[in-house]
Amino acid sequence: MPANRFNGFTDLGIGIGLRIPHYAHILTKKPTVDWFEIISENYMCDAGRPLEVLDEILEQYQVIQHGVALYFGSTDKMDREQLKRLKTLVKRTKTPFLSDHLCWGSVDGTYTHDLLPMPYTFAAAKNTAQRVREVSDFLEIPIIVENVSSYAEFHVSEMNEWQFLTEVVERADCGILLDVNNIYVSSKNHSFNPYDYINDIPHHRVGQMHIAGHSKYEKYILDTHDHPVLDPVWKLYAHAIQRCGPTSTLLEWDAHIPSFQEVHREALKAKKFIDAFKTPKAGAAALATA
Amino acid sequence: MQRLAGAVIMRPLSRQWRMQRKWTDNRDMNEVTAEFIKPNDRLTSFERIEIYNRQYWFRLIDSFYDDFPGLRAMLGRLKFNRLAREYLSAHPSTSFTLRNLGRYLAEFIDKHPKLVAPRFSLAQDMVRFEWAQVEAFDGPALPPVTVDDLLGKNPAKLRLSLQPYIRVLKLRYPLDQYIIRLKKNGLRGEASNAVEEGSPDKPVRKRQAPIPRAKETFVVVHRLDNSLYYKRIDSREYRLLTSLDAGETLGNALQSVFSDKPDADLIRDWFKTWTEFGWFRKPN
Repeated sequence: MPANRFNGFTDLGIGIGLRIPHYAHILTKKPTVDWFEIISENYMCDAGRPLEVLDEILEQYQVIQHGVALYFGSTDKMDREQLKRLKTLVKRTKTPFLSDHLCWGSVDGTYTHDLLPMPYTFAAAKNTAQRVREVSDFLEIPIIVENVSSYAEFHVSEMNEWQFLTEVVERADCGILLDVNNIYVSSKNHSFNPYDYINDIPHHRVGQMHIAGHSKYEKYILDTHDHPVLDPVWKLYAHAIQRCGPTSTLLEWDAHIPSFQEVHREALKAKKFIDAFKTPKAGAAALATA
Repeated sequence: MQRLAGAVIMRPLSRQWRMQRKWTDNRDMNEVTAEFIKPNDRLTSFERIEIYNRQYWFRLIDSFYDDFPGLRAMLGRLKFNRLAREYLSAHPSTSFTLRNLGRYLAEFIDKHPKLVAPRFSLAQDMVRFEWAQVEAFDGPALPPVTVDDLLGKNPAKLRLSLQPYIRVLKLRYPLDQYIIRLKKNGLRGEASNAVEEGSPDKPVRKRQAPIPRAKETFVVVHRLDNSLYYKRIDSREYRLLTSLDAGETLGNALQSVFSDKPDADLIRDWFKTWTEFGWFRKPN
């Protein structure tokens, strides 16, 4: 959805991830970009170059925080030091909402630094929702949770992934960061229909979307974020926009990063599909060229 | 469930960078993984969880390499990878950030000299030097002392402390020059959880700098305008800075460095440089 209570009533447009190879271009050329997404953990430091760059970016641009280490699905106690540092950063960036993943990644205080798939059980959904609420209460901003791409499933699961996502966000009363590429990757790895996923989630809770490239291997697909967005993902994205409305969207490109202009150009392709929501004729044309 | 899955994912890989075939109780891993991971029509339970097991190690070793490029250049790829595997097995990450991954490496090497043999002392120095850079890159900074703050102060009572991010090192090798030859830029890598295929065994084609010969070297690892620098100092500067940072008064610190009459011009030049660089924090 566009502006809603899950994304702090913002309607940001098309953003890209702030990445080190683009620092110099952005700081010197000051290109027009709707917004930048930062990886929160890269800026949860005390001082130094990362924060200096961030402050310069904040003078010119809207910044939205996206995290990779809250691990809402873990059963460990939340790390208070981590939360305090995150809150300090939230105050610095004035991000209207914050996103992190529907996954686990730490166990007994040891961190895998990976976004591990959840066992889709009611007990796990209850625990995850409770942790989302705890973080949101502490940070005093809305949280949206992102579906991850995955390569394994647990026997103990009691529901499918999108039912689990719905269970968590309804219990936590939080929003969804719908990663369309992740849905596509998981649909191939687990043989489900990605359109069913998009059709069945609570659309009014979607506060943002992610798109990205992936890599195909013989027996599975990896979420590599090192390519332009592939056609089937654009088609799925078009469908998601039709179901959820014109939603703020971010392109992720994290490896083999090309020039700023190339990344931005790729991201702006999403505009076609957002425009298509408003004019069906333009939508058909966009899909034909996707 | 998470405890079991975590133990499988974080378990060291085989020498071929694959998931080990036997579990800790000697059971076949196919049997162990089939108990909690669903197979699909293309991959067995073993193969599905192996994707995570491999990515865990590739990601951590990659991050380890980002922080210790000089150590890898000095030890060579195979020895570095073995050290990384042993160290990360003993000290997996206990922080939300990969930034702290190498914080126990100096102690670890002290306890396991064979892993870096025959370059033990060189490796010890390199780890201290490279870890100092990690800390200096984004460590906390406090308001710096200015020349005006020092005017009229009694040296017998004045105590000056270094900024928390500054590291003053005494090395047995000129590693500052060695690293400058190796490094192309001073920025640390971006954190991303996107997957990158390929094992750390991929050779890195780089022209290596010659291994330095022993030569006592004093270096301050600091930052200026948020860029990381190494500044060579002499042994007297080293003694003075470390004495001050240990809490000695300026008077006592100077006495420990200059047994005879202190060289006032030299000391003034030092303090001028150090205060310009913002090395001292403002006294309470």
